[in-house]
Amino acid sequence: MTDTGALNLFQQQEINRRRTVLLIIGFVLFFAWLGFGGDWIYSLYMADRPTPQQHTVWWFGMVLTALGAWIAWYGYRTGASKVLWATGAREVLDPQTDAERQLVNVVEEMAIAAGVPRPRIWIVPDPDPNAFATGTDPQHAHVAVTQGLLDTLNRDQLQAVVAHELGHVKNLDVRLMTTLAALVGMVALMSNGMGRMFRGGGRVSSGGGKGKGAGAAVVVLLVLWLLSWLLAGIIARLLALAVSRKREYLADAMSAQFTRNPMALASALEKIEAADAPTTSIKSGTAHLCIADPLGRRLTSHEGWLADTLATHPPMAKRIAILKGMGYAQLKHEGGAIP
Amino acid sequence: MFWLPLILLVVVVLWVIAAYNGLVSLKNQTFNAFKQIDVQLKRRHDLIPNLVNAVKGAMDFEKGTLEAVIQARNQAVKVNAQGADGVKQISQAENQLSSALSRLLVTVERYPDLKATGNIGQLQEELTSTENRIAFSRQLYNDTATSYNTKQQQFPTNMVAGLAKAQPAELWEITDQAERAVPQVDLSMKPPAA
Repeated sequence: MTDTGALNLFQQQEINRRRTVLLIIGFVLFFAWLGFGGDWIYSLYMADRPTPQQHTVWWFGMVLTALGAWIAWYGYRTGASKVLWATGAREVLDPQTDAERQLVNVVEEMAIAAGVPRPRIWIVPDPDPNAFATGTDPQHAHVAVTQGLLDTLNRDQLQAVVAHELGHVKNLDVRLMTTLAALVGMVALMSNGMGRMFRGGGRVSSGGGKGKGAGAAVVVLLVLWLLSWLLAGIIARLLALAVSRKREYLADAMSAQFTRNPMALASALEKIEAADAPTTSIKSGTAHLCIADPLGRRLTSHEGWLADTLATHPPMAKRIAILKGMGYAQLKHEGGAIP
Repeated sequence: MFWLPLILLVVVVLWVIAAYNGLVSLKNQTFNAFKQIDVQLKRRHDLIPNLVNAVKGAMDFEKGTLEAVIQARNQAVKVNAQGADGVKQISQAENQLSSALSRLLVTVERYPDLKATGNIGQLQEELTSTENRIAFSRQLYNDTATSYNTKQQQFPTNMVAGLAKAQPAELWEITDQAERAVPQVDLSMKPPAA
């Protein structure tokens, strides 16, 4: 188990490194398209004007590309703190209550089991049980749990959930997911703003006489270009969905490997599932980071094409079934009786 | 076709380098994981005097249990990690300490008014955590050492093992069957079926 586990871990780390780079490149390229596409359309539109009016310096593209690169860099650097800020989490620096002390102990134990430095610990003041991890690598990682999780789970279950999150940290899922959360947030914000601007601005320009200057190709390009501005938010959302489902199974398996107690995670997931209320502190932009879908969507309980396309998390029942399978296999191996 | 052997040679050399570096990195990881156990054992040794002090006044009548813990602790502190069977010696001493501690915890459990005083509950959490840390650091050491051992014995990496001065790492044996159940200390501390 250890050997194939290690192989999967390194593969997963490599995939996450590569995907983060691809994501950032794609993000900058998208900005370049938005900018230079605009320049291109404008230069075509102005092509039959006299030379001094022609659009020769494509500064719009340069500015937007630089902006995109800066946003990507900024998002990568500060993504974790933005995510934590968005959920209203507070850091546990000096544990005061017994529950907090236990949380700190459990996180330290699991960091030892996973062989990673102890992450910083945060509590989200929310009564719904949930947890997430964020950061760029094991040296700069954060684990956050909701107050509801501390109140609901016993020590072993809390340990299993923390181990699941440290699985995400160790295989670098956090890097990809945090970068994505930061970029999705930026794009959604921008897309909303630009959508409003275009809707407002469209009326003005249609009022002015345009004349014969623009050919059909320019119009098609313009429509495509405008669409990509508006679709940016949706594309970003879909990306966030696509990356998060498969890796939950792997993190569950890593939790079982760290705690050697898959049954604890199974029962923790059952408890989390039973508390059906949405985790209101966690917004859709960070949903893919959590151990269970914080939006409490019914989609998550099904399999099939629609759920595969739109749910951020795999079906809970399937995750629990897999973990119980591991638990029974372990009992059989150790020669114990199945309870 | 004179370049064909050349390419083969380059491939082989690159593979030897990769395999050698892989073994060295695993060796250091194993060493590091072993040191981690030491760190956690030291933590436990430091915690025990506090625990004993906390229960001493209330437990005049359980002198034997306390003395067993103190003795096992002092024995464990004394054991030196050097020598061929260093791991075996440490694990023996630490296992004795573990069982002495679990006897103490069972005893504490028998006196409800002792448990009711606040800092005993805290100390129990600390001790549970310490026992878990030790168990998990051993687990990490054994996992790392196993993949190191497997790597150096498997073909074709075993051909580079001599070059990388790879020696099979000794696993941390758990002799006490009861200790195999990791949350054993939890069981003694919580009311059943909690």
